[in-house]
Amino acid sequence: MGRIVLDQVKKRFGDVTVIPELDLEIEDGEFVVFVGPSGCGKSTLLRLIAGLEDVTDGKIVIDGTDATEVPPARRGLAMVFQSYALYPHMSVRKNIAFPLRMARLAPAEQKRRVEQAAEVLNLTDYLDRRPGQLSGGQRQRVAIGRAIVREPSAFLFDEPLSNLDAALRVGMRLEISELHKRLKTTMIYVTHDQVEAMTMADKIVVLQAGVIEQVGSPLELYRRPRNTFVAGFIGSPKMNLICGPEAAKHDATTIGIRPEHIDISETDGAWKGTIGVSEHLGSDTFFHVQCDGLAEPLTVRAPGERALSYGADVHLTPRREHMHRFDAQGLRID
Amino acid sequence: MATQHSRSAARLMMAPAVILLLGWMLVPLTMTLFFSFKRYLPLRGDSLERGLDWVGFENYARFLSSSSFWPSVQATLVIVGGVLVVTVVLGVLLALLLDQPFWGQGIVRILVIAPFFVMPTVSALVWKNMFMDPVNGILAHLWRFFGAEPVSWLSDASLQSIILIVSWQWLPFATLILLTAVQSLDSEQLEAAEMDGAPAFARFGFIILPHLARAITIVILIQTIFLLSIFAEIFVTTGGSFGTRTLTYLIFQRVVDSQNIGLGSAGGVYAIILANIIAIFLMRIVGKNLDR
Ligand SMILES: Nc1ncnc2c1ncn2[C@@H]1O[C@H](COP(=O)(O)OP(=O)(O)OP(=O)(O)O)[C@@H](O)[C@H]1O
Ligand SMILES: [Mg+2]
Repeated sequence: MGRIVLDQVKKRFGDVTVIPELDLEIEDGEFVVFVGPSGCGKSTLLRLIAGLEDVTDGKIVIDGTDATEVPPARRGLAMVFQSYALYPHMSVRKNIAFPLRMARLAPAEQKRRVEQAAEVLNLTDYLDRRPGQLSGGQRQRVAIGRAIVREPSAFLFDEPLSNLDAALRVGMRLEISELHKRLKTTMIYVTHDQVEAMTMADKIVVLQAGVIEQVGSPLELYRRPRNTFVAGFIGSPKMNLICGPEAAKHDATTIGIRPEHIDISETDGAWKGTIGVSEHLGSDTFFHVQCDGLAEPLTVRAPGERALSYGADVHLTPRREHMHRFDAQGLRID
Repeated sequence: MATQHSRSAARLMMAPAVILLLGWMLVPLTMTLFFSFKRYLPLRGDSLERGLDWVGFENYARFLSSSSFWPSVQATLVIVGGVLVVTVVLGVLLALLLDQPFWGQGIVRILVIAPFFVMPTVSALVWKNMFMDPVNGILAHLWRFFGAEPVSWLSDASLQSIILIVSWQWLPFATLILLTAVQSLDSEQLEAAEMDGAPAFARFGFIILPHLARAITIVILIQTIFLLSIFAEIFVTTGGSFGTRTLTYLIFQRVVDSQNIGLGSAGGVYAIILANIIAIFLMRIVGKNLDR
């Protein structure tokens, strides 16, 4: 079981309010991702759930019991830290066995569980090494191993992949997703990388300055962002947000259109502009187009290779059905 | 210093310091060795101008067979060991305490370092006259206040008193080094251990202490070097009586009190041998700890 409910949780550090007031429900077995810009309080929220920080006000309920005052060790949660926080003077085996040793499990049972975890995580060959003798990805797996042997009711991950290189990140991302499918345990995952959020999450929680901007499945957030912040944050490259007279034509203060929802043509279209920088990825080409009458350049995605040179005149047409409209407060208009 | 060129440049630049240090060490060492094989009693009229008699290993044999030799080695080891234990244990505790955030932290840290700046002679005299004096010392007053018989510390508990005085002087050093080590511990490791269900004592034993191992070995190594030669604290308090005559003090007495330079020099060579045995011993342990 791993159902976690945050009830009007507040957190202040001295005079600084980091989390004003927050309600959130995390269902058992869900993979929840907290995303948001740096400093928005993601780590703080995770540490509140873990019990490493005390809440200033409010309640944290884990599996139906109020855990607000329960010390971290007895909340039944396991955490994987950004710096891995392995114990440098212990071998991998001892690192993974540490929580079991603290729980005074029988040595035979400890050995069995450690070996099982090592098998799952491909660490069997490294059990007798020290953390200092492992690569970043292997250390990451040891940290995960130390979390899974406890059989916790939920895992907490704080930017676990941010120290890894791009290729390894993709690999570990898959491994963690697979682990979740197999264990079916609640996972709370903090990241500021929206690709990680989109690919792994069952449910994304978008935070800004300690406030939840929107909660929903990745596609919900992609299709129906509740406000301009979420619209700009979810999706890569970013959604184009257009203000001014062009938006007024659609009865909105701001309109948003994703790069993949704009058609580009050399002959005719709604907006006329000139091509600036183009980014060729092979599978797609991204053009930055400065349109007449718009303040900001628009990003446009064209599938495959498109040979359009710098300074060329083009015409853009947004697909009406994919256009998002926002009012003066930045909230979505349906 | 990777290339051949930079290596030889480095050697060249270190040469003056190495030569100076070597000279500094070698001259007294050869003189000690030289005198240790000679009969040299200035009060009996021996002098360098008239030439000294070669006596072979007689001085060595006499120093070793003296009834005060083994007790002095024992006193040296007890004092060094005692001070090491006290300073390391209290140093770790103080370092952990000073690492906690509390009001007036800056001032308290300076106060903790203060004893290190007091000269050994002065601190020993202060301890002797203001604290341990059986009539007027603060401790005597305290004992009388509780209706107990004042202890004459320096005669009845002489070794313990010396250990106390020397520990007081060296505690700041140990605390300071251990404090920097404590501060360099990654707090996420402690948090991870906390989440893994380790109570405070286990966190200390499994995380903090192993992290401090390196700093502790350094403290032990450096302190041993200095503690083997403590002198002033004994000179101004017990004057070597009541079982506090260390090897260093014994040599001093042979040379200055009995005016037997040859015998004292032989003792000096024994002291060098003892220091080296301990040094090799320590280097082994330290080497093991530092290599990690
Ligand atoms: N112990 C503390 N004392 C005071 N302020 C703190 C403390 N810890 C965090 N903060 C503040 O709380 C805010 C949120 O911090 P937090 O670490 O949760 O951000 P984050 O969302 O995890 O950012 P990042 O993505 O950079 O890790 C920051 O503005 C930070 O300065
Ligand atoms: Mg963070």
